[in-house]
Amino acid sequence: MAPAPELRRRLALAVLLLAALALPPVLAALGQGYYVGFAARVLIMAMAALSLDLVMGLGGMVSFGHAAFLGIGAYVVGIGSWHVFEGVPLPFGLAGSENALVVWPLAMLAAGLAALGIGAVSLRTTGIHFIMITLAFAQMLFYLAGGLKTYGGDDGITLYSRSSLGGLNLSDPFTFYYLCLGLLAAVLAAFLRLADSRFGMVLKGVRDNERRMRALGFPTYRYKLAAFTLSGAVCGLAGALLANASEFAGPAYMGWQRSGELLVMVVLGGMGSLVGAVLGAAALLILEEALAGLTQHWQLLLGALLLLLALSARRGLWGWLGGGGRHG
Amino acid sequence: MILQLVIEQGLNGLQFGVTLFLMAAGLTLVFGVMDVIHLSHGSFYMMGAFLTASLGSRFDSYLIGLALAIPAVALIGMAVEWIAIRRLYQRQHLDQVLATFGLIMIFNELVRMVWGSQPIFLSPPAALAGTVEVLPGIPYPLFRLAILAAGLAVAVLLAVMIRRTRLGMRLRAGASDRAMAGALGVDIDRLFTIVFGLGAGLAALAGGMAGTVLSVQVGMGESILILAFVVVVIGGIGSIKGALVGAILVGLVDTLARTALPVALRSAMAASQADSVAASLSSTSVYLLMVLVLAWRPKGLYGART
Amino acid sequence: MAEPLLATAGLVKRYGGVVAVDHVTLAVERGHLHAVIGPNGAGKSTLIGLLSGEMAPGAGTIRFNGHDVTRLHVHRRARLGLARSFQVTSIFHSFGVLANVVLAVQAHAGHSFRFWRPASRDPALVEPALAALERVGLAERRHDPAATLSHGERRQLELAMALAGDPAMLLLDEPMAGMGPEDGRRMVALLESLKGERTILLVEHDMDAVFQLADRISVLVYGAVIASGRPDDIRADAEVRRAYLGEAA
Repeated sequence: MAPAPELRRRLALAVLLLAALALPPVLAALGQGYYVGFAARVLIMAMAALSLDLVMGLGGMVSFGHAAFLGIGAYVVGIGSWHVFEGVPLPFGLAGSENALVVWPLAMLAAGLAALGIGAVSLRTTGIHFIMITLAFAQMLFYLAGGLKTYGGDDGITLYSRSSLGGLNLSDPFTFYYLCLGLLAAVLAAFLRLADSRFGMVLKGVRDNERRMRALGFPTYRYKLAAFTLSGAVCGLAGALLANASEFAGPAYMGWQRSGELLVMVVLGGMGSLVGAVLGAAALLILEEALAGLTQHWQLLLGALLLLLALSARRGLWGWLGGGGRHG
Repeated sequence: MILQLVIEQGLNGLQFGVTLFLMAAGLTLVFGVMDVIHLSHGSFYMMGAFLTASLGSRFDSYLIGLALAIPAVALIGMAVEWIAIRRLYQRQHLDQVLATFGLIMIFNELVRMVWGSQPIFLSPPAALAGTVEVLPGIPYPLFRLAILAAGLAVAVLLAVMIRRTRLGMRLRAGASDRAMAGALGVDIDRLFTIVFGLGAGLAALAGGMAGTVLSVQVGMGESILILAFVVVVIGGIGSIKGALVGAILVGLVDTLARTALPVALRSAMAASQADSVAASLSSTSVYLLMVLVLAWRPKGLYGART
Repeated sequence: MAEPLLATAGLVKRYGGVVAVDHVTLAVERGHLHAVIGPNGAGKSTLIGLLSGEMAPGAGTIRFNGHDVTRLHVHRRARLGLARSFQVTSIFHSFGVLANVVLAVQAHAGHSFRFWRPASRDPALVEPALAALERVGLAERRHDPAATLSHGERRQLELAMALAGDPAMLLLDEPMAGMGPEDGRRMVALLESLKGERTILLVEHDMDAVFQLADRISVLVYGAVIASGRPDDIRADAEVRRAYLGEAA
């Protein structure tokens, strides 16, 4: 009895991974090579949604400000690149950099530190107040980013080239796609592992019943803060990749609609399952793309779809595919 | 000179504050009484502005346009409650966020289909077009004063309604204990539809008035929505009094920051640089205010409910 | 005489103008089962809240196991060995039965910043958890989802979670609330078996159970302790009979 769902879950995961591996050559063979770039963006947003699911699905912390971390990650890459191109040193005489091995970890560090600060204040509240205070922080960063006159203000930074990574040519859509896939798979695998670890058990316990967790002797605040920080850092990595994908970094990445989109992706895919966040991101972006090709009023259709989805009882795409919903 | 600036900007802040209050009053009721996070409240504001513009030009009177737009949007609000929101009461906040996020997209696209993407300009009635001297030698646009007066009048009316009328009593009962109110024979379903319509009407009033000061365009609802949420959270969820105090506070802080920061920064850096930095810093002031208030009082200024 | 395991002195809690707990001084000796009884609204729940650390007292001190815990957070008190059960059953509904107790063991097994090894396959967690389930008689249901347990079984699970951390003391908030006679008898037998092995502070409405189990009883009325002593003394106390049992003395 017990192993059957677990087996199905692994099988579904393996099928998904194979499909993702096979996608670029298939698209190329169909003469739709343009879509490889789009597919990379899907993988990147999937990583951002995955980072949100860690705090929201496992830990029960509904963050309405995760786009801020996406934006911070993107800005680190953008600013590094800007200084290289303009030949202007950063403060303290630091040189700009386009080296992925320098800039991407820095993006994670910056976003993680921001998440640490925002989380330290926000996690003192719960429920609706947590939703609103994370939104408020993201809005602050959104406006602050718009005020960075040196870096283009509201228009943001256009990257002159993608990050460099050893001998890899990241401007090649295939290479970039497989790099994103590898990183996403690594993050997903680590998060799935984490979900069943002691740390993951604590997060799920907090989601179910935080008061009980405290009575059991868990200092819940610091576990939540650690998860929030980790989530911010991973979202920052997604931001760094996003800046590379669109060769752009700007306040547009940090708007509240973007945070809302991330929430939608997670819910659409099935909260707390992690794999669901990936599926949800893919579903939403593909849907947007398909509807936009169909009619210029695609937002009407997408809105109606979201409404119907929220009104109907559902377990999300992953549950529907047989992956199972949340379980301890 | 300084006095003129202070009075002018103070009045601007108050006027922005009452607009926010009209938005926040509906939101806080929906939030507090029905326990629903309603993101599409800004859509009612937007539709209020568009309908005021359209109906106003048809009847060649701004006031008739506004007078017709308010009940029209209230009816739309009641229909939305009846069709969609009603099914969200027992749901998690997340489902509500998702559903009303979808509603925003629907309304934005519908408005774009009917009125197009270009901003529309809405002019105030000619009778209110001039300026008056609020103090000797200090002129101020009459219409902005009218907005301020109308907003304050509605605040007083709302306060009287909530304290003195049967509907208000039911509202307070519903906000403090829904099960109890139901047991006392309050028709909760009808009460909620009315509250929702009332909130939509207030948002339409805010939109119809604000449309004369700002431009009327798709997306105008979202920027004020977020600020209205900030007001609701600062004031304490479910509290009309909190919404009023919070709205005035936010209106004043926002206007103050926009006025004072460029002046302060110009002494430290070049003028063009100072203005843009000040613009982005002042936009964050309101959010900073919210964070500070919540750090001091986690339930907001007048919030008691958990 | 040894210091009591738990001792309060002059504990006060006010809500606005209402005094919910009024200068309560209480001592629970090691190894005793000490019951607190009182009519509804006497302040029993508030007292539990103060002892567990969910509320802060307006005045007074709480000492536990040689420490002044008056200002300690809930989780710190739990780590010192003060375990509690809740009046309204408080378990992790999306977890399995065993996982509920594993989590309780984990709370006392050092920090949980461990991100890799699956907790549910860690013998250091699972073995004590199984032992606790055995203790309360729920071992055969260990693989079931917690949400499928009956009311009585959930209360047993709560007790297992409280026991899992090998606590010095159990704070039990009406463990028999809402139970039928059959479940109630099982719970009394369970508590009887824990007597002497653990120090227990029991808040309970079921008078038969209290007088059967308790070594000491304290009576709380309007937030104040009006009597404290052996069950026989309490039964005979005129003031208790008048104030609490509603008899004319």
